[in-house]
Amino acid sequence: MTPPADSKKYWLDDPLNVSKLFKGLWIVCGLLIAIDLFLHRHEDFEFATVFGFHGAYGFFACVALVLAAKQLRRILMRDEDYYDR
Amino acid sequence: MTGNFPVAFVLIFGAALIPFLPGLLRKAWMLALPVIAFAYLLAIPHGLHGQVELLGQTLTLMRVDKLSLLFGYIFLLAALLSVIYALHVDDTMQHVAGLVYAGSALGAVFAGDLMTLFLYWELTAVSSVLLVWARRGEHSAATGMRYVIWQLLSGMFLLAGALLHWRATGSLEFSHIGLSNTAGLLILIGFGIKSAFPFMHNWLMDAYPEATPTGTVFLSAFTTKLGIYALARGFAGTEELVWIGTLMAAFPIFYAVIENDLRRVLAYSMNNQLGFMVVGIGIGTELAINGAVAHAFADIIFKGLLFMSMGAVLLRAGTIKGSELGGLYKSMPWTAGFCIVGAASISAFPLFSGFVSKSMIVSAAGYEAHLVTWGILLFASAGVFHHSGIKIPYFAFFAHDSGKRCAEAPRNMLVAMGIAAFLCIGIGVMPGPLYALLPYPVDYAPYTASHVLAQLQLLMFSALAFSVLMWTRIYPPELRSVNLDFDWFYRAAAPAIARSFGDAFRITREGLSEALSARMQGLVDAVMRQRRPGGLLLRSWPTGSMALWVMVMLLAYLLFYYVGNGNGHA
Repeated sequence: MTPPADSKKYWLDDPLNVSKLFKGLWIVCGLLIAIDLFLHRHEDFEFATVFGFHGAYGFFACVALVLAAKQLRRILMRDEDYYDR
Repeated sequence: MTGNFPVAFVLIFGAALIPFLPGLLRKAWMLALPVIAFAYLLAIPHGLHGQVELLGQTLTLMRVDKLSLLFGYIFLLAALLSVIYALHVDDTMQHVAGLVYAGSALGAVFAGDLMTLFLYWELTAVSSVLLVWARRGEHSAATGMRYVIWQLLSGMFLLAGALLHWRATGSLEFSHIGLSNTAGLLILIGFGIKSAFPFMHNWLMDAYPEATPTGTVFLSAFTTKLGIYALARGFAGTEELVWIGTLMAAFPIFYAVIENDLRRVLAYSMNNQLGFMVVGIGIGTELAINGAVAHAFADIIFKGLLFMSMGAVLLRAGTIKGSELGGLYKSMPWTAGFCIVGAASISAFPLFSGFVSKSMIVSAAGYEAHLVTWGILLFASAGVFHHSGIKIPYFAFFAHDSGKRCAEAPRNMLVAMGIAAFLCIGIGVMPGPLYALLPYPVDYAPYTASHVLAQLQLLMFSALAFSVLMWTRIYPPELRSVNLDFDWFYRAAAPAIARSFGDAFRITREGLSEALSARMQGLVDAVMRQRRPGGLLLRSWPTGSMALWVMVMLLAYLLFYYVGNGNGHA
């Protein structure tokens, strides 16, 4: 459905602004990695002190989660009225 | 003031008055009840109060200590917020049910013995199901029935375990139980159903999204947290809980990613948060128990806030399916903002409440060198940001504009959400007051540079993963669908098996009765044939043949006699 024609324009309606946000996120992530160069993190497990560990873990955990969930849909997904039939 | 009067009665009997009060007075009364009960809790001393003798047993109606008070405070806060949120609702039954439900959960938390616990436990079940039935939708009746069967089943396990525990120990006192015997196992199953352990969890995803917009807010606060309280009281340090909790923290997030009903997404993410708490209880160190109950406290507020925002969307937009929503920030900016605060809290962003509570549990897992659990909790932390932190606000309020334009949430809903959002930030910025309420002294600093950096990296890179997956269109779209979960076994498989047994029975019965009636007809025909002139029965018989038959009979009798006797002496 398209938005009503008389609707007011919002900042997020402009794709340019959305890509600004997207770039901003990359910059924040870059900064967080950069800080890791200077800060000695205290961790309970030795391997977690590796440079950028938590960033990499978060990124790959989410990608793996989504890819796995997508495959799960093939097995688990049914029509909305599945239990009503 | 002595604490002999059970605090639960304030809400339960107070609720009974609601139908008789007119408009404004009724609203004032509903708001006053949790406040009165709260003031009462502040006034009474620690200790065992309200003890009554029954059948040679001492029942303790009011056990006041740090653990019960913490849950008492948060339950009353949740009751107050839920009442404010539901203030515009005209349905008296929902108001009464909600307050009786809150009151019985409160009673269960202060119960000092297993019998009192059981009575309140069952009262939470029967009062809360009314909030599901009050939706009066096409699925409400069946969903409510499945929900209440699970809840009552949990009560039956608790009762059976309590009676065995009584026989074994001679006491009904509700203190540490442990898993050393059958009684402990039965009670653990009873608590486990309420806490939504794996394979006992589907009542939660089934019922919460089916309740009324305001009813779900009540539901989200009490039942599962009562389970967590009971586990913390009875099973702290039970190793098995670490693994059960780890599993709970992990598997629901896969479902949350592909679920379309946004309130059901929240139910899955609630299951995942309960997993963190169960892990904390299983680890059982002071830090871990503190973390588990602090997280229950924080979760009641932020999960309540998220359910409030989604309830407001359901009320105003008329649907809560991700596939049909989007762009609602234009119509409901306040609701969107409050939802984002709830999302940041559940994702444990620094300066939000989830950060100061969840990190205690994850740290406790690290200190005790539970490597696998620690890794999975980290995965679950990233995952919860993904599906609750981003997915919920994104698909409801942003994403592609669905073109839906509606009114902002009613003012009372905004007030409730505003207070909850304020508390989420307040606890996150100043965890001190919450830490002071915890059962053990707190020696934990959540805001270290290293911890904040680690958490921000985890979360921001999860967000990056989401945006990359969206950009590349790899992210699975929201689709109108249901996903099969464990409830398939009792909602589809068991009825199908029962049906096929029924069919088999019917076919066998029909076949048998056909064959039998054919035989009967044959017999009748044969008899009738003999009754005709010249037939067997109407023929005249010579007397000699009769004598012959009598002789045959006597011989047979003699034979049987000898055989029988011979056997008897052998």
